[in-house]
Amino acid sequence: MTTGGDGGPAARERTYRDTPVRRMLAFARNTWRGLTSMRVALILLFLLALAAFPGAVLPQRMVDDSAVSRYIDDYGWWGRLLDRLQFFDVYGSVWFSAIYLLLLVSLVGCLVPRSAEYVRSMRAKPVLTPRNLARMPHHRAGELRADPDSVIARAHDRLARWRRVERTEQDGARTISAERGYLRETGNLVFHFALLGLIIAFAVGHMYKYEGQVIVHADGSEFCNSGIYAFDTFNAGLNVDGTGLTPFCVRVNDFEADYLPNGQPDNYRADIEYQSGDDLRDGTWRPYDLQVNHPLRTEGDRVYLLGHGFAPEFTVTFPDGQQRTKATQWRPNDQVTLLSDGATKFDPPGVTDAAERRSSQIAITGLFAPTAHFNGKILTSSAPDLEDPAVAVDVMRGDLGIDSGYGQSIFEIDEKMVEQDRLERVARENLRVGEEIELDDGTRISFDGVQRWASLQVSHDPTQGWVLAFAIVMLVGLAASLIVKRRRLWIRVSPSGDGGAGSLVHVGGLARTDQAGYGEEFTRLAADLLEDTGGERDARNGSERNRS
Amino acid sequence: MPVNATLSQLSDWSYGSAAAIYLLAMILFLVEQAFGRKGREAAERAGAGRDGSAVAAAGGGEPPEGPASTTASTAATMAASAAESRRRGRAERFGSMGVAVMVLGMLLHLAALVFRGWSTGRAPWGNMYEFLMVLCFAAVVTWLVVISRHAVRHLSVFVLLPVVLLLFLGGTLLYSTAVPVQPALQSYWLVIHVSTVAAASGVFLVPGVASVLYLFHSAHQRDPARFASLVRRLPSKEQLDRVAYRVTVFAFPVFTFGVIAGAIWAESAWGRFWGWDPKETVAFITWVIYAAYLHARATAGWRGDRAAMINIAGFAVVVFNLFFINLVVAGLHSYAQVD
Repeated sequence: MTTGGDGGPAARERTYRDTPVRRMLAFARNTWRGLTSMRVALILLFLLALAAFPGAVLPQRMVDDSAVSRYIDDYGWWGRLLDRLQFFDVYGSVWFSAIYLLLLVSLVGCLVPRSAEYVRSMRAKPVLTPRNLARMPHHRAGELRADPDSVIARAHDRLARWRRVERTEQDGARTISAERGYLRETGNLVFHFALLGLIIAFAVGHMYKYEGQVIVHADGSEFCNSGIYAFDTFNAGLNVDGTGLTPFCVRVNDFEADYLPNGQPDNYRADIEYQSGDDLRDGTWRPYDLQVNHPLRTEGDRVYLLGHGFAPEFTVTFPDGQQRTKATQWRPNDQVTLLSDGATKFDPPGVTDAAERRSSQIAITGLFAPTAHFNGKILTSSAPDLEDPAVAVDVMRGDLGIDSGYGQSIFEIDEKMVEQDRLERVARENLRVGEEIELDDGTRISFDGVQRWASLQVSHDPTQGWVLAFAIVMLVGLAASLIVKRRRLWIRVSPSGDGGAGSLVHVGGLARTDQAGYGEEFTRLAADLLEDTGGERDARNGSERNRS
Repeated sequence: MPVNATLSQLSDWSYGSAAAIYLLAMILFLVEQAFGRKGREAAERAGAGRDGSAVAAAGGGEPPEGPASTTASTAATMAASAAESRRRGRAERFGSMGVAVMVLGMLLHLAALVFRGWSTGRAPWGNMYEFLMVLCFAAVVTWLVVISRHAVRHLSVFVLLPVVLLLFLGGTLLYSTAVPVQPALQSYWLVIHVSTVAAASGVFLVPGVASVLYLFHSAHQRDPARFASLVRRLPSKEQLDRVAYRVTVFAFPVFTFGVIAGAIWAESAWGRFWGWDPKETVAFITWVIYAAYLHARATAGWRGDRAAMINIAGFAVVVFNLFFINLVVAGLHSYAQVD
């Protein structure tokens, strides 16, 4: 990166002509220089780390909305203040965006001049050989019997993989300047450009991606990715309006969960069929074994198995003999034992008068345990497997509030109706499969059995392949830029001995990156370059010095 | 797959023995620290040639130019080191014993990992106890590599101290019995992602320790009265800085790879490659801080103390991620399974 501007040129200009335009230009230039300086980039990196931090310790809307509401309720004005300052939406907040946008500008402002510099340096010849090679951090000298031409020729061979240039100095000495490790800067630039690409791909992905969750009963029920209405919850990027989702359908035939003896889940699998693309027209269903780490990938979308649960099946036999059977999904409230709660709601059949209907709606609400364990009359679940299911239910009768116009949770009854005495409890009972309750008006409610449901997620992110590609390129660039060392080597050969038949050879080396480790390579190279093909003549070969 | 109780028992025994043996190595290194200052200085001078550094500095002044002076100074150095080697003898021997004992501890540590994996039939890094075990193993191996290349063996006690502390915490508070992992973790990405992240975290411990010592050195330079007895035993600041940089430069790409592998796994397990889960967020922060360290070391005015502080901050965040995020904050990475 470039180093910070010192304002020197601007100060000089002001002495002879100080116009508002020039001042503006100077200000803009200094701002740009400041922004693209390494010091500011470093500060921005710190701010980024600091700004990301609240997202790790505070609940976030995009991760868990209900946790945010709980937090605000628990902490009062402090929670509301944090909310106003966007602390529950850190990664979409003004301040977080400001930091990473400035960092992006800084990155671009650094990459552009650095790329130009890179192109120049790739064309440039290795620098002139310093006059006194003994001052280099690595240096060796020796006197060889071979003549300068052959020494130089051998050096060219030995340095075949180095970029090098040969020069002849005024006093007749011949030199080779060699440089190696350009891959370091290449890797550095590749890394930073890939980082830029990754950030852009990530941002574009956020505009076009969507994610929807849906619960599907594992009894051959189907789900089609046809619109937002098909999902229980749906999150999408700004450019997704819910039309034009990738068309495909999924049918869940069965769900299996295996548990270890200690109750720890060992494996979940949903036996599904799907159709997409041409299959939609000719009606072909393709089977797929959906598991936790094995999403279904079709037409660029992915279908995940997120979770599962139970739907107790109840039959209500009304006094007039009409029957209604329902299996509404209940939600697990304990992920270990899968003790679930929920509410299964019934409308009286054949009642057309709204007021009458509102006085005789029925809801069966309470707890469900896949493996029942009773403490007295209190139901708990001792294991998540479906061994000995039982429910502990309250039967509520009256107005469920479904007609009130307010939406209500599928898992709960509207407690306001209970508070207003419009919905009252008419029975409380523990039931095993096959058992039933009879209400005062002769209505009978039986617990028939249990169905399983699977919770599926559909995800769509058109740029995630790009993000992965950029990430891999980044890693390669990073490795190159950290492993490869940029280093220089010079050799000066001057004629010596009787009539110039021998050569006096100096070899110097300099590692341009700050870490050492060049020493060994240099020692090896210098030994090869100073190898006297005709045998050693002088002890001067021992003059060796390595300094990192 | 059922758990083999005998093997898991063997793993626990190896773990305990490894920790005890590291403690023994620490004591040996402390003996070397306490009595071997002169010996250490000599070792540093002898080891410096291997390291390709500080020879000229030790010579003090102009490097020898002619062949005669070279020979003379070599002879003088040899004579001096012969005299010193007699003096350093015992402390030196304690140091080498420390290394040997540390290697033994490392082998037992490895055995603990292997038995753990064998008993559960999976990669032995499925919960926090096992993660810490891998992390400490990586730190020990890194340190053994570092002392084979740099003359810093006498600093081993400073590295072993946090390692033994972490092993103790892992073996007591965070211990969990050997069990298979839940469905979300049953993937070959467990092998790739968790091993690289745990290893990189362990490797980061070494530059963290070197940077702390570096700051002690700086504080001593500002005020010679402070930490005098400690700093007397430390190698040069350049040496500490070089160890910190070299090791960080190795660990950073490994960590980057681990995070990318985690993103790939998250894509197939949780439905998105990045979702700002607390663990992901803190991994991102760690990555940014170490990136800042690498940049700081190339920026005038930020080398030295500031770079060292950034490196320490990086490791502090690694530790925060390990303990606070696992144990306090609820997230998708809640696999700590602390009994």
